[in-house]
Amino acid sequence: MSTNAFHTPPPNGEGEMRAPMDFQSRRMRLNSAWRYAVNHAVTGLAVLSTLLVVAPLVAILVYLVYMGASSLNVAFFTHIPAPVGEPGGGMANSILGSGIVLVLASLLGIPVGIAAGVYLAEFGRGKLLAAAIRFTADVLNGVPSIVMGIAIYSMLVFPEDFHLWFLYPFRHLLAPLMALNIPPALQIPMTFSVDATGVWLHVGGHFSAFAGGVALAIMMVPTITRTTEEMLATVPHAIREAALGLGVPKWRTVMSVSLKTASPGIITGCMLAFARVAGETAPLLFTAFGNQFWSFRLNEPIAALPLQIYIYAMSPYDEWHRLAWAGSLVLIVMIMVAVTLVRIYASRGILKGAS
Amino acid sequence: MRSMTNFVEASEAVAPEGPASPIRQFLQARGSGGTADRIFIGVMLVCALSIFGIVLFILKILISRSHLSQAAFGFRFFTRSAWDPVSGDFGALPFIYGTLTTSLLALAMAVPLAMGVAIFLTELCPQKLRAPISFLTELLAAIPSVVYGLWAVFVLVPIMRDQLGPFLYKYLGWTGFFEGANFGVGLLTASIILAIMILPIISSITRDIMLAVPNSQREAVLALGATRWEMIRTGVLRNARIGIVGAIILGLGRALGETMAVTMVIGNHPDISKSLFAPGYTLASVIANEFSEATGDMYLSALIEIGLALFLVTIVVNAIARALVWAVTRGAPARIG
Repeated sequence: MSTNAFHTPPPNGEGEMRAPMDFQSRRMRLNSAWRYAVNHAVTGLAVLSTLLVVAPLVAILVYLVYMGASSLNVAFFTHIPAPVGEPGGGMANSILGSGIVLVLASLLGIPVGIAAGVYLAEFGRGKLLAAAIRFTADVLNGVPSIVMGIAIYSMLVFPEDFHLWFLYPFRHLLAPLMALNIPPALQIPMTFSVDATGVWLHVGGHFSAFAGGVALAIMMVPTITRTTEEMLATVPHAIREAALGLGVPKWRTVMSVSLKTASPGIITGCMLAFARVAGETAPLLFTAFGNQFWSFRLNEPIAALPLQIYIYAMSPYDEWHRLAWAGSLVLIVMIMVAVTLVRIYASRGILKGAS
Repeated sequence: MRSMTNFVEASEAVAPEGPASPIRQFLQARGSGGTADRIFIGVMLVCALSIFGIVLFILKILISRSHLSQAAFGFRFFTRSAWDPVSGDFGALPFIYGTLTTSLLALAMAVPLAMGVAIFLTELCPQKLRAPISFLTELLAAIPSVVYGLWAVFVLVPIMRDQLGPFLYKYLGWTGFFEGANFGVGLLTASIILAIMILPIISSITRDIMLAVPNSQREAVLALGATRWEMIRTGVLRNARIGIVGAIILGLGRALGETMAVTMVIGNHPDISKSLFAPGYTLASVIANEFSEATGDMYLSALIEIGLALFLVTIVVNAIARALVWAVTRGAPARIG
């Protein structure tokens, strides 16, 4: 090591005025011995703490795979939960329910998140408003999921009627909207009615898959916004200028050039946000609520994998504990496959070469 | 962009009458022109503003729904320790105590370990190991909270009850923190699972901040003959300290709001006790546990006020943390001192 130079006295130069410092004195040797000891001790501590951090992960994963794999079977993927005391049963309805809620959340959250990111990156450079939005998104990212749960409960589950007096002149325009025959599966817990005083909007009244989807969508938005903005910022300006120079309008440039170039990174952000909300339980407790049976409607309580794991984990039955482990394994495999795919995809994307 | 539109307008001004050129017609048919751009910007702006809207909406709805308990208890709500749904007497002190105790204990356990991991990853680790270990810690962050809870209930709780708990009682029982019946669930178990959960967040942000310290700082300190630890201490940690504090506060924000895993192992009992073996309750876990069973408007209102308090506290904590992290990573000159 280069630091060994300290042990040998430096060569005396010709023009040296002072006597060289004696690096071999007892004090200096003790000092450097102490410094090396501290150096090695800290190195050891850092390695030790890394091992301590990696150990629980490995423990959790190994235990989970062991417990989950030994209780997974075909019935888990094809059956709904069995009544208490009966063996067997599965979580097919929870897997489907999670799917429905997550698709709804993605449909609502991803477009809004990407659009907000586009505004921040393409139109908001250097504006105070954009900085404020960026900061709010970061803060929203840290809001506890349980708070999101009770806020959405208060909005979409708690029954409430809104008096939309300002819509009264347009009540005839609303009539065809109300007469629309929406299929039962797609109905959401919001209905309009008209009386002599004006237009009423009736919201909520019961737990619903729709409320769960909205709660998860809101949790996805800030993550997607920030990644989209960061990815768009890495797109070289020359590409945009080339498009604008050909007379392509700004909106077209954003859609076909900026977003397209940054798409691998943006997809990464969306998948990470998806993976994060896929495991969320707290926002679904009072919105989607859970269901022991099949449910295909947005208007009804629906089962979700994390919710069902929580219910089974807190139950006193061994059979249900077994199902909880199996459910956890399925959930975590789904999330890790998503995260790993994204990492592979992102490291090969065109972005890699573009920036 | 602006100069281009000016040019188009100018050419129109020169020849106001007469049909537009074929190129102009083609472009207009394709939807180019100021209107489409303005609509596009408007839509993007509305989506961006919706983030403001969401935060304001959450605040508004929590305030209006907790009106009943605010009117009944005022600010004393946060200093009273009564929690009696039957007689409608509510106070949030036991939950505040539980939240603060578990979060701070978790920080005390997680911060030194996270520092060690970050130092190892940025300064000591062989290049080959760096990617797999960062990947592992990121996986740790991707595990859902309910799975941590499940693991804690079936693995950590028995360990606490049968091995770690008696050990702590034997050697540290004299401090008074490890007394009373030990069922395995309680404040200490909740703190340990919280520490495991916030570790990856703190260590990955700290790592990013340490990587942002310019290499010239390291080289300068090494050139003066410092050992590697002296280089890390004076060259890296001292420059990155504001950001590291930010990372720790971000971890605190996460710990304050963590719900499911804590609910599953904390014991759920609104008591204030000195012993860490005792069951407790946190702000988040009381909402998760009692909200769907809350009967009566006052009960519901008290729970929503707890949610409001949690919301405001995490917003403040996160805002401070973000500001600190930004100050370091947004090109602010590294201070030497």
